[in-house]
Amino acid sequence: MKNCEYQQIDPQALPTPTPTPPPHHGNDTEKKKEPRRPRRKWEVFPGKNRFYCNGRIIVARQSGVLPLTLGLILVTSGLFFIFDCPFLVKHLTSCIPVIGGVLFVFVLITLLQTSFTDPGILPRATPDEAADIEKQIDNTGNTSYRPPPRTKEVLINQQVVKLKYCFTCKMFRPPRTSHCSLCDNCVERFDHHCPWVGNCVGKRNYRFFYTFIVSLSFLTAFIFGCVTTHLALSMWFCSDLQSFTAVELVICFFSVWSILGLSGFHTYLVASNLTTNEDIKGSWSGKSGEDVTNPYSHKNIFINCCSVLCAPMPPSLIDRRGFLPADESAQTGSADIELPTLAAKSEINVVGAAFALQKSPSPVPAPCDCHQNSFCA
Amino acid sequence: MATEFHNLQELRHSPSLVTKVFIQRDYSEGTVCRFQAKFPSELDNRIERTLLEETVKTLNSYYAEAEKIGGQSYLEGCLACATAYIIFLCMETRYEKVLRKISGFIQEQNEKIYAPRGLLLTDPIERGMRVLEISVFEDRGSGGSSPSSTMSSGSSAR
Repeated sequence: MKNCEYQQIDPQALPTPTPTPPPHHGNDTEKKKEPRRPRRKWEVFPGKNRFYCNGRIIVARQSGVLPLTLGLILVTSGLFFIFDCPFLVKHLTSCIPVIGGVLFVFVLITLLQTSFTDPGILPRATPDEAADIEKQIDNTGNTSYRPPPRTKEVLINQQVVKLKYCFTCKMFRPPRTSHCSLCDNCVERFDHHCPWVGNCVGKRNYRFFYTFIVSLSFLTAFIFGCVTTHLALSMWFCSDLQSFTAVELVICFFSVWSILGLSGFHTYLVASNLTTNEDIKGSWSGKSGEDVTNPYSHKNIFINCCSVLCAPMPPSLIDRRGFLPADESAQTGSADIELPTLAAKSEINVVGAAFALQKSPSPVPAPCDCHQNSFCA
Repeated sequence: MATEFHNLQELRHSPSLVTKVFIQRDYSEGTVCRFQAKFPSELDNRIERTLLEETVKTLNSYYAEAEKIGGQSYLEGCLACATAYIIFLCMETRYEKVLRKISGFIQEQNEKIYAPRGLLLTDPIERGMRVLEISVFEDRGSGGSSPSSTMSSGSSAR
């Protein structure tokens, strides 16, 4: 069992090379050669994610078109700096490469942060929790031959909200949480799974995503403007044009509309404290004729924006870099911070958890049975 | 009240977990982290109602402080945005600072109140902030009585 898990999640066997190969990979190799080395929790993570830098970086298993996104941004900006900036600096102002540089750096950093940050993944329920929930569901007297619908109604700000039961994670999903089938995780305040960044967009990385698309729209519009100016000035001065300028023009022309549109859409979502998921499903638009309003909205655009973008950064609930207990009994994640009392607490929790460990028969076929058994058992 | 387990060390060395009680989240005010103040019936004869309610109330106030949206959080958010959120990699966020306080608080509560009664609180952060887990250990003082809701057997040996 141990060998099976280890081989299946060996990061060296993964086909795609890491986008930012860090020096820490050497440490990973060394660690694996030691017998019975303490394993970190990311190595037994049940979701479809990949980890780099010994658990510091998390991405979805399918990187989507992230390489394409990166490539487009790098190529277009590179061409801009190489071919357009010298001309424009000579004929206009030297601020242009500076502004372009700042925007480019901003875009790149926020893109990488969106892609590599835990979006707000909820760790799966422990067997005890799952059993407790099952007990509560059974107690409500659902004796029909069909499996019960497994929803729970709660009142949030005087609005009835239905919480659904997640069969994979074995818990009632908190409000605004959704299960991403691509990543096989429940994500808090789930917005959408973005293939362009190769990760889910959720509670923890929405602000990075929003900053990314806004700064990208500025960058695209800026490059588009500069390239157009270059073209116009070139015609005026009758100087030669590189064909790369045309390439940039085409890329920017097609991307500026879609990215501006996306930024505008997300600005609307931020101002009304909605997620893409809720907007698409029409959860609060009252389609069914009921009088429903968004219970999470603060009814004030400024406060909504601040609560979405400027709220305190929530912690990661999956303790990627924490160590598994010595007896290999898996625990659910804790905060991704180093606490002075963590060692003592782990021992106590092992004591408590050791007697509650049991293999929970999963009704849903897990993506990898080894993962399921090791994490939930 | 059972006083068999005097401290956490004894709990660690002679564990006999009977059951776990879960205090669920209270979503009546939205997605902010709050736990229900309802007293679980399984703990009726293990701990005084007021003590547990006080613990839960203090925990809720800590979480409210961590998630408070006010002038300071706006400034921090704007500053973070201006630096392309790189400061999150360098600095400990306010939430993390409060989580440390909570962890210390739970440790202290366990030592002073819960362990002497054969109970153990688990920090909610270790359960994904979904539940406040209370482990109930065997009450040897009353002749090893076990409540009806014992966890089913079938532990997987690893």
